Amino acid sequence: MSDLLYAEEEEALRAAVRDLLTDHCDAAGVIARTESDTPHDLALWKSLAGAMGLAGLLIPEELDGQGATHREAAVVLEELGRAVAPVPYLTSAVVATEALLECGADDLLSRLASATAIGALAVALNVPAGGAHRTVRLENGGLHGELTGIADAVVADVLLVPADDGGLYAVDAAAVTIVPQVALDLTRPLATVVLDGAPGRLLGEAGPAVRRALRAGAGLLASEQLGLAEWSLTETVAHLKDRKQFNRPVGGFQAVKHRLAQLWLEVVSLRAAARNAADALATGEDTDVAVTVAQAYAAPVAVRAAEEALQLHGGIGMTWEHPVHLHLKRAKADSIAYGTAGAHREALAELVDLRGPQVRLR
Amino acid sequence: MTDAAELRRRTQDLLAAHPPAGTERLDFLRARFDAGLAWVHFPEGLGGLGLPRSLQAVVDAGLEAAGAPDNDPRRIGIGLGMAAPTILRYGTEDQKRRFLKPLWTGEEVWCQLFSEPGAGSDLAALGTRAVREGEDWVVDGQKVWTSSAHLARWAILIARTDPDVPKHRGITYFVCDMTDPGVEVRPLRQITGEAEFNEVFLTGVRIPDAHRLGETGDGWKVAQTTLNNERVAIGGMRLPREGGMIGPVARTWRERPELRTHDLHQRLLKLWVEAEVARLTGERLRQQLVAGHPGPEGAGMKLAFARLNQEISGLEVELRGEEGLLYDDWTMRRPELVDFTGRDAGYRYLRSKGNSIEGGTSEVLLNIVAERVLGLPTEPRTDKDVAWKDLAR
Repeated sequence: MSDLLYAEEEEALRAAVRDLLTDHCDAAGVIARTESDTPHDLALWKSLAGAMGLAGLLIPEELDGQGATHREAAVVLEELGRAVAPVPYLTSAVVATEALLECGADDLLSRLASATAIGALAVALNVPAGGAHRTVRLENGGLHGELTGIADAVVADVLLVPADDGGLYAVDAAAVTIVPQVALDLTRPLATVVLDGAPGRLLGEAGPAVRRALRAGAGLLASEQLGLAEWSLTETVAHLKDRKQFNRPVGGFQAVKHRLAQLWLEVVSLRAAARNAADALATGEDTDVAVTVAQAYAAPVAVRAAEEALQLHGGIGMTWEHPVHLHLKRAKADSIAYGTAGAHREALAELVDLRGPQVRLR
Repeated sequence: MTDAAELRRRTQDLLAAHPPAGTERLDFLRARFDAGLAWVHFPEGLGGLGLPRSLQAVVDAGLEAAGAPDNDPRRIGIGLGMAAPTILRYGTEDQKRRFLKPLWTGEEVWCQLFSEPGAGSDLAALGTRAVREGEDWVVDGQKVWTSSAHLARWAILIARTDPDVPKHRGITYFVCDMTDPGVEVRPLRQITGEAEFNEVFLTGVRIPDAHRLGETGDGWKVAQTTLNNERVAIGGMRLPREGGMIGPVARTWRERPELRTHDLHQRLLKLWVEAEVARLTGERLRQQLVAGHPGPEGAGMKLAFARLNQEISGLEVELRGEEGLLYDDWTMRRPELVDFTGRDAGYRYLRSKGNSIEGGTSEVLLNIVAERVLGLPTEPRTDKDVAWKDLAR
């Protein structure tokens, strides 16, 4: 049975990340940044990835990484989720890193680990592991095509691009045109990547690399969603202890108490599911089922937590000034990222042999 | 020598002195109790050795491997899970010596006389009276939802000994002799057709003061030990995947492809995921307990399982289509063991309706989570400073 608790070192890691985010990633700053020319906080990224070495958690020590596991990366993502931090951690330090690990691209791994480069997998953010995705054409040694919905591409130094020959290519960001899209979640910016004869270096077979990358992304996204949900619950409870209407704290009305208690139960359940997925990714045991279960459960809980937070904050929750909308937008975008809950349930039907009705041909 | 190694040695000594093959079941259980291997976390002389509870697994594994008989813990769950910890904590030396051994061996079955027709969620409002007469207490009243009352030798009982003080302060905790001529047990038939529970009518029942547990008027405090142990028992179970109510419906789904529809498929997958996550949440709670850091999740687990059991069994009745219109047997029976996943889908559907009522309603549990875990304001209390006799009823 997987270890569903946090080790002491994992709690210490959490405390360090939380301290950094408390000092350098306040909600007002994140909101202001969303409408600026630099939606990503690259100074924060340098502290996290470089100074703390967190970009290399999943990368072996001989490649300048930390040689840690998905369990530690999951703890980092819980904290980044709480703060809705605009940094390319999930996309570069997890998804791109897993693709590079599958291809054995040691030089690029080493650059990612030392935070001298940011990587992005050029597959649309909504694609689940094993799902269909676009490729670019390989013609006369150059790559041609347009890929949309690429998360964190605007800050990437290297793009990992699947081509129509079945290969995964490393492409220098300077060799392509990156056009920002207007995203629902402004803290994880999306872009269109246009390749017009860009040179690429073949890293390996795209199929297994993309699948592995997206599975890890989906599994650890559950920890980000846990962080989002936990923030929503904690903030809402604190607000409702303080906020008074009808001469009593709003949190004392039973209709409200029951909603919050129900939400608490879902958040602690999500914690178990997210820890199980992180542990399964680390040990390689029962990974497909653990990741699918976590994703099928996490998205609705994170969205509901943010929606409840908004409703129970009343009018203030509807304002641009209050951070609850950051969590709502991230939670809603996360419910599509790396596959919807429904897509994961369908995958589960195969994995645990609960297949649907046969299609009848007339 | 480590505690575990010492326990293994003592277990082997017990097996050597009383080989299970040639020993009467009860003789073996009594010898096991005397050897301190019944519940190792109990004190020496009372069936234990004063060791950590987690070491019980060492003994159980050794005895199971040797094919030794057990005390059929499911049959005597109320004694083991509720009466015993309360007697251990509040009982006199005489009470502990008299009651614990036959309780553990199952020679004496126990039941719990707590709930009343007028005191369910508001248990502290109970009205069964106990009046002092010389060295005895004389008890009159009615209790309800008592499992095993028709099999029990003893009961743990809470009764009102002072109606003139607020409700929590006028209660006293007793051990009641179920063979007293004033005790009448009637089966309480429930919606499944069977009668797991009883109504118990107490008329002039005499309880010697020596069978009082704790001080007069302290019964509510003593009862908290009983009720807290009930919650530990509910939260502590370990399940394999598909181990609960989802198991039968998943098997039916696999074996009967002709019953499948798209709508049922979506609902089944959603419930399967929720059941698996509830299982993981319970497992995480168990790991926290083992690590010595019990979390507050226990209060929530019962809420989760009650809802899941109801939704899953409801889905299964629907899945079965024409068969879902049938019921296996309405005969009034008195099952000795309750198996929520036993019998057919219709039974499971009806029986699981009780899961959100028994052992604390879901509404009360949500209040407990909101107040004790989230720290939200408590419900307005109008009865705190009112004498019990003046409460609205």
